[in-house]
Amino acid sequence: MLKASDLKITFNPGTPIETRALQGLSLEIPTGQFVTVIGTNGAGKSTFLNAVSGDLPVDSGQILIDDCDVTRLPVWTRAARVARVFQDPMAGTCEDLTIEENMALAQRRGASRGLGWAVKSNQRSIYREQLARLGLGLENRLSDRIGLLSGGQRQAVSLLMAALQPSRILLLDEHTAALDPRTADFVLELTERIVAEKQLTTMMVTHSMRQALDVGDRTVMLHQGQVVLDVSGEQRKGMQITDLLHMFEKVRGEKISDDALLLG
Amino acid sequence: MSWFSFFGALEIGLIFSLVALGVFISFRLLRFPDLTVDGSFPLGGAIGAVCIAGGMDPFLATLLAMLAGALAGVVTALLNVYLKIMDLLASILMMIALYSVNLRIMGRPNIPLIMEPTVFSVLQPDWFADYIGRPLIMIAVVILAKLALDAYFATRQGLAIRATGSNPRMARAQGVNTGAMIILGMAISNGLVGLAGALFAQTQGGADISMGIGTIVIGLAAVIVGESILPSRKIFMLTLAVILGAVVYRFFIALALNSDFIGLEAQDLNLVTAVLVTIALVIPLFKQRLARRRSI
Repeated sequence: MLKASDLKITFNPGTPIETRALQGLSLEIPTGQFVTVIGTNGAGKSTFLNAVSGDLPVDSGQILIDDCDVTRLPVWTRAARVARVFQDPMAGTCEDLTIEENMALAQRRGASRGLGWAVKSNQRSIYREQLARLGLGLENRLSDRIGLLSGGQRQAVSLLMAALQPSRILLLDEHTAALDPRTADFVLELTERIVAEKQLTTMMVTHSMRQALDVGDRTVMLHQGQVVLDVSGEQRKGMQITDLLHMFEKVRGEKISDDALLLG
Repeated sequence: MSWFSFFGALEIGLIFSLVALGVFISFRLLRFPDLTVDGSFPLGGAIGAVCIAGGMDPFLATLLAMLAGALAGVVTALLNVYLKIMDLLASILMMIALYSVNLRIMGRPNIPLIMEPTVFSVLQPDWFADYIGRPLIMIAVVILAKLALDAYFATRQGLAIRATGSNPRMARAQGVNTGAMIILGMAISNGLVGLAGALFAQTQGGADISMGIGTIVIGLAAVIVGESILPSRKIFMLTLAVILGAVVYRFFIALALNSDFIGLEAQDLNLVTAVLVTIALVIPLFKQRLARRRSI
């Protein structure tokens, strides 16, 4: 379970370029729920996600993961509870390390790292099995440098890596945005499969309204650093992008003018 | 080149291959441009020489020198990790600080080791010629160091250090304490350099305050030359390449300085180094061009 209450983050406070990225954002995600987060550019989606992961310190507010207050914990100590896939396919893996070394690194997420061998032969068969599910032939390339893989392949491996070790919340940061449409569909389908299979509590930030409504159990829209819409259950079923836009206009009394959001 | 200068070059090359391994860890694995080595090399020499001259067992003295080097690396890393001083600047601060520290340790600009026992004199039998015995011992030391590093960087901890250098953000997201890994890696790196300093002092007849000048350049030159002789991405091959680089570099220097027809002398050493590194850096470029021309 994730519980964020009254989060505030201001960039460059007291300067002419002061940006109030989060203005008292509160959101609770119960265990096992798959939430999609949408919003215009600058709505605070990525800032919120980075606050949960620990990459950005919050000015005020509290973040609980399973009743454990992680608000002040650094990224690496949160890692036992938080799994993450980055937007940039290059960011989620170490290009100088091999596929199996990357997976070994992820398998010890949040665990101690002593002097045992990083890659053991019995783990290798687990990695091979996992990679085989992708159907990309990567199971035969365990000792290839991951830098040799395409962006889509690396993103698919990142997803597997995020699910190797149990997490209390999985953070997906527009993880299909940098991929071509076909690869994006593949990665998205893989995401749904893994999340359903392991019943992961998931928060997926996306720039595409279509994606936000099609995937997951609940859609949250952010605007100016706050939650403005929160739809789930019956109300969300069969909902169209236009319905969402109408709702937004009703609540905010203004129109969305972000082409990328409308076209996605 | 005479046999004598051949073995001499081999011996110094092997000692500097330990420096090169250290520089490889900081510059390549951690991507931490670390100039501390210009201070930790003479620090190792100073500690080794002072302890041996004071009657300490040479092995213990060498171990102490290694630990002192590691400590210097830790301080540089702390300046960077906790005080947020830029990596290069932190190492420069440490480098100049160590100059004074080394003078304090030695008490004077140089400490000769002539008749004192050294790790080399203890290990090699009396009838064995010094100039052959020392490189043989160094080969064993370097192989041991190389295999230990290869093994270490295949462990979970070693992998965490490599991930920290390659992609710190990802490493943190995987629960790696990147600050601690930088400190650990810098300790190993400068520990090796301290060890090399102590061994250098024991083969060259003593420690000198100026023995550290240009250590980083020699270490980097070895890494660059090695990488261009033996291009690879695997740790096992990389450490081998770095050692080869250090030895080959030393041979080129010896060759250049010993060939009368070129007319180079000892004072041209740094110029020769600069030219060599430049050549090593452009070789991959020419290889690429050649390959492209062939494919057309």
